[in-house]
Amino acid sequence: MVKTIEEINEKIKKGKAVVLTAEEIIDYASEKGVRKTAQEVDVVTTGTFGPMCSSGAYFNVGHTKPRIKLGGGKIYLNDVPVYAGFAAVDFFLGATAMPEDDPRNKIFPGKFAYGGAYILEELVAAKDVRLTATAYGTDCYPRKSLETYICLKDMNEAVLFNMRNAYQNYNVAVNLSDKVIYTYMGVLQPKLGNANYCSAGQLSPLLNDPLYKTIGAGTRIFLGGGVGYVVGNGTQHNPNVPRTEGGVPKMTGGTLAVTGDLKMMSPKWLRGTSFTGYGVTLTVGIGVPIPILDEEILRYTMARDEDIWAQVVDYSEAYPQFIPGSLGEVNYRELKSGKITVKGKEVPTAGLSSYLKAREIAQTLKEWIEAGKFLLTKPVESIPSVDSGIVFKPLKERPIKKK
Amino acid sequence: MQKKRLVLSYPPHIVEQPVISKLVKDYDLTVNILRARITPKEEGRLVLEVTGKRQALEAGINYIKELGVEIQPLAQDVKWHEDRCTHCTACISICPPKALDVDRKTMEVSFNRDKCIACELCIPVCPYQAMEILF
Repeated sequence: MVKTIEEINEKIKKGKAVVLTAEEIIDYASEKGVRKTAQEVDVVTTGTFGPMCSSGAYFNVGHTKPRIKLGGGKIYLNDVPVYAGFAAVDFFLGATAMPEDDPRNKIFPGKFAYGGAYILEELVAAKDVRLTATAYGTDCYPRKSLETYICLKDMNEAVLFNMRNAYQNYNVAVNLSDKVIYTYMGVLQPKLGNANYCSAGQLSPLLNDPLYKTIGAGTRIFLGGGVGYVVGNGTQHNPNVPRTEGGVPKMTGGTLAVTGDLKMMSPKWLRGTSFTGYGVTLTVGIGVPIPILDEEILRYTMARDEDIWAQVVDYSEAYPQFIPGSLGEVNYRELKSGKITVKGKEVPTAGLSSYLKAREIAQTLKEWIEAGKFLLTKPVESIPSVDSGIVFKPLKERPIKKK
Repeated sequence: MQKKRLVLSYPPHIVEQPVISKLVKDYDLTVNILRARITPKEEGRLVLEVTGKRQALEAGINYIKELGVEIQPLAQDVKWHEDRCTHCTACISICPPKALDVDRKTMEVSFNRDKCIACELCIPVCPYQAMEILF
């Protein structure tokens, strides 16, 4: 039995589509059997809500009178520098950008209380943000400085564009050293004091479509509380990693680049986030619908936390020094139980990605589809999979000769 | 027997008086000092867990109040901003008395004020500034 996306969309429009979350499908399909479930269920919804650093947004704020060419000048939003290398009034704000006078890690560990991600949260919360800029002035753009409040609704365009989100699986971070370390995986206590993980596991988008059979460029998604699209694979997309028999990567694998209209998004699903001693980042809510086109695709969505494995990595030495290797592998059922065993020692675990919120996203997307408000799209291009020959490359440093 | 978690604020002139030893000897109370910050010529702050018979506890608290020490329950100084919490669980493994805990079925985080000892270990660990401790 094979369904098409067009057939599923017809059912969605009539309000007759059967939609389950990636959590609900597990017991449902185990009870009813794969064959029957693949016939009955049209869509499985996934969700994830975690810190995703390679996020940002571009804006067109409209022209001033007289005109100013911000491109090539200096632009700040609430004292946070934004990228100005575009045309007159377009610019890009990165999630991890921070005010120039932020002390960073000068007083260690730094707090990183404010930055680009917080501005994104404030903008979608309909708050005013201070735009300050200087320009060099031209015949056609004579003005040289600008100071004004701006808000999202007054802009021409405001578009979230995240070059790497929704990591398919992630490391479990531990600290083998004898001092506390402050990382993007949280505060890690010495001598295997704790272990932090960061994935929604059985609810996570790319863990439910591990070989990218349905998710591709053009896939319509839940993004930041609004509607977005998959642009294609994200940066550092690495499909060629060890996988389970079920095809699920046992380490960091694929990634997604996503985009969507910021004006439709909500501060509930785009959250400014601060990692002590590390920096600012954006916590992004993403939900991807998976059309149940056949039994094979259904089987992938049935992956349980205990079928999904992650590698335990030392962030005191192995990660910073880029030394490959793992201290062992654990599954998400163990991680969510609150303790794992590493090197014979029982280690308490904590998450950085909210499973509760991931479930809420999958549930919200399910409701949108059931209400006929959200139709599925057929990707215009697939995401490179295990047959792509992609190799994850480190930077090949070539010393620059001094003259 | 009753148990209370209290925050004591000492004005400078009482900082050098042996208040706690009086609580123990005269009022027969068990005192567990959870946190203390006392500097000469400055105000002192003390977080105590006091256990004893109800009447003794009341009398002990009255004695402290009469000395001019400001006293309030610990819970007032600790805030869990539920609207900021994303239930990521980053705080769970770090909280010694398990005041911050998670329901493993729903993965929902909760905060039990009565268990909090105001150690502040959760503060740098929470990426969303959901915990606030005014000490």
